[in-house]
Amino acid sequence: MTVTWAQRRKARLDDLSAGRSLTSEAFRRLRREPAAIAGAVIVGLFVVVAALAPLIAPHGAAETFPQLQENLRPGAIPGPQDGFPLGSDQLGRDFFSRVILAAQQTLLVGVLATLIGLVVGIVIGTVAGAFGGWVDTLLMRITDVLLAIPSLLLAISVAALAASPSQTTVIIAVAIVGVPIFARLLRGSMLAQRESDHVVAATSLGVKRSAVVLRHMLPNAIGPVIVQATLTLATSILDAAALSFLGLGDADPARAEWGLMLAQAQTYLDVRPALAFYPAAAIIVVALGFTLLGESLREAIDPKGRR
Amino acid sequence: MTALLEVRDLQVAFTRRREPDTVAVDGVSFDVAPGQVVGLVGESGCGKSVTSLAIMRLLPARGVRVSGSVRMDGTDLLTLSGSEMRARRGRDLSMVFQDPLSSLNPVIPIGLQVTEVLRRHRGMAGDKARQAAAELLERVGIPDPRRRLDSYPHQLSGGMRQRALIAIALACQPRLLIADEPTTALDVTIQAQILGLLSELVRETGAALIMITHDLGVVAGLCEAVNVLYGGRIVERAQRHRLFATPRHPYTHGLLRSIPRLDAPPGEELEAIRGSVVDNLPWAHACAFAPRCPRAIETCTEVTPVAETSGGRLLRCHNPVPANAE
Repeated sequence: MTVTWAQRRKARLDDLSAGRSLTSEAFRRLRREPAAIAGAVIVGLFVVVAALAPLIAPHGAAETFPQLQENLRPGAIPGPQDGFPLGSDQLGRDFFSRVILAAQQTLLVGVLATLIGLVVGIVIGTVAGAFGGWVDTLLMRITDVLLAIPSLLLAISVAALAASPSQTTVIIAVAIVGVPIFARLLRGSMLAQRESDHVVAATSLGVKRSAVVLRHMLPNAIGPVIVQATLTLATSILDAAALSFLGLGDADPARAEWGLMLAQAQTYLDVRPALAFYPAAAIIVVALGFTLLGESLREAIDPKGRR
Repeated sequence: MTALLEVRDLQVAFTRRREPDTVAVDGVSFDVAPGQVVGLVGESGCGKSVTSLAIMRLLPARGVRVSGSVRMDGTDLLTLSGSEMRARRGRDLSMVFQDPLSSLNPVIPIGLQVTEVLRRHRGMAGDKARQAAAELLERVGIPDPRRRLDSYPHQLSGGMRQRALIAIALACQPRLLIADEPTTALDVTIQAQILGLLSELVRETGAALIMITHDLGVVAGLCEAVNVLYGGRIVERAQRHRLFATPRHPYTHGLLRSIPRLDAPPGEELEAIRGSVVDNLPWAHACAFAPRCPRAIETCTEVTPVAETSGGRLLRCHNPVPANAE
């Protein structure tokens, strides 16, 4: 169906007279984008599976089923069979349940790490962008140093500092990687806001500095940072998986984690490659989903791409 | 009559490392009496906007040097602390800017932007502030003000936005309003409405108005006293009708001659001031306007003209247009 210019113009005018906000307009554009829909479907499915994981998974993550191995030669790993759709892993635990339960861990770690990074980044970016001067210089030099270190290397270094690896250290390590990205992005748009007419106008009315920063600058500056957060979710998930893969993640065997499953599957690659395939596929698909959604979101919000 | 605002020898220089300063405003002095409408006129780059920003103390702290004094009720605004100045802005003096769209916060409804000032300076809150905001919007001629309180800036037309900005600026009944080219971004019919509204409100509230413009038509309709700025200095100041009847400075004269007249014979060429601001000479040992001036004499490029006042008119020129010309 071709949409004529006049029709589009009318739709736009309808929007304006209906008082639709910029957000709902961006949302409308998003719905016409196949990549956005694909991303949203993947992310949606992932979130549902992760949230309902304990209900979907037929067995617990640490539950072992020695009976599966009874009729097999030693060293063999049981394949798919009744009640165990993907067979078991090398320790006789239900592989399907573990892949599902790991989604919950991944969502938790990804979201928490991104949120913590986002909050800290927003605080730093706001302070730097609003006050400028030596505060800005100091904060941005620290940020530059953090940005100069490759993200995974930084996460590994931070995680390795901890006495014993745990879920918390993974979250903190991955969060720290996100901080400088958010801080720098926000600082840049805060600086642009500081020069903007409406901020000067608010200042000319005697509005207090805190109100100028929090009410007039931050809400106008934060858009790109929020979009960046959806993209960072993807890298956070990848980084967290990488840390686990390298043995810097959660060591608790009662919890399933894709990166750790992938690492342990290496030994059994010739016996049962499926043990590596499913966690790897899950990581890739979920990261792809967040990336697709984040990129389309960025394009939808970008005023230059407005149609 | 004692002046409400006394600007004395105001100088604003933009400083750069290892480069000479750029002096944007160079010793500007003028008075504004309570309720008076004063015009600051000049072309782009003559320092009129910088003057207004300096009075409001809205210039960035770094890279700018401001000297002289701006006295309001005997207090020098330039020496006030940041928080003292913030307490005065919007309450004692406020400002209307050029571009009505970008001067409103795009993510906050109009109503909140009006009540923000009322809360800040008049301690109003809740429904009382909302009621007052609606009255203000109604006063500036915005139809259906109650509904408009919840509108966002992008849902209003340009004229409506400028009306809303005027409402916000006048919300706390300041005694001085600075309007920096408030009609430049609007089309001609709306311009007339906004100018009418401004002069009406100023008369009604007794506020003084500094009208900053490059448009002599705006000055003719509104201002009592007119300051003509050139190169950061006032080159001529007079009462409005005297300035229009007998412009003495060649720059003012040129400006007035370059306005199209309805009674001019068809086909007559419009006069223009030759050159542009980049041709300016430094005031230090010449008249900045000399290279563009049709009446320039040798002295003009050698000696700085001093401001002379006679009969209520200030003039900074070695070879002014004779008073009886035209």
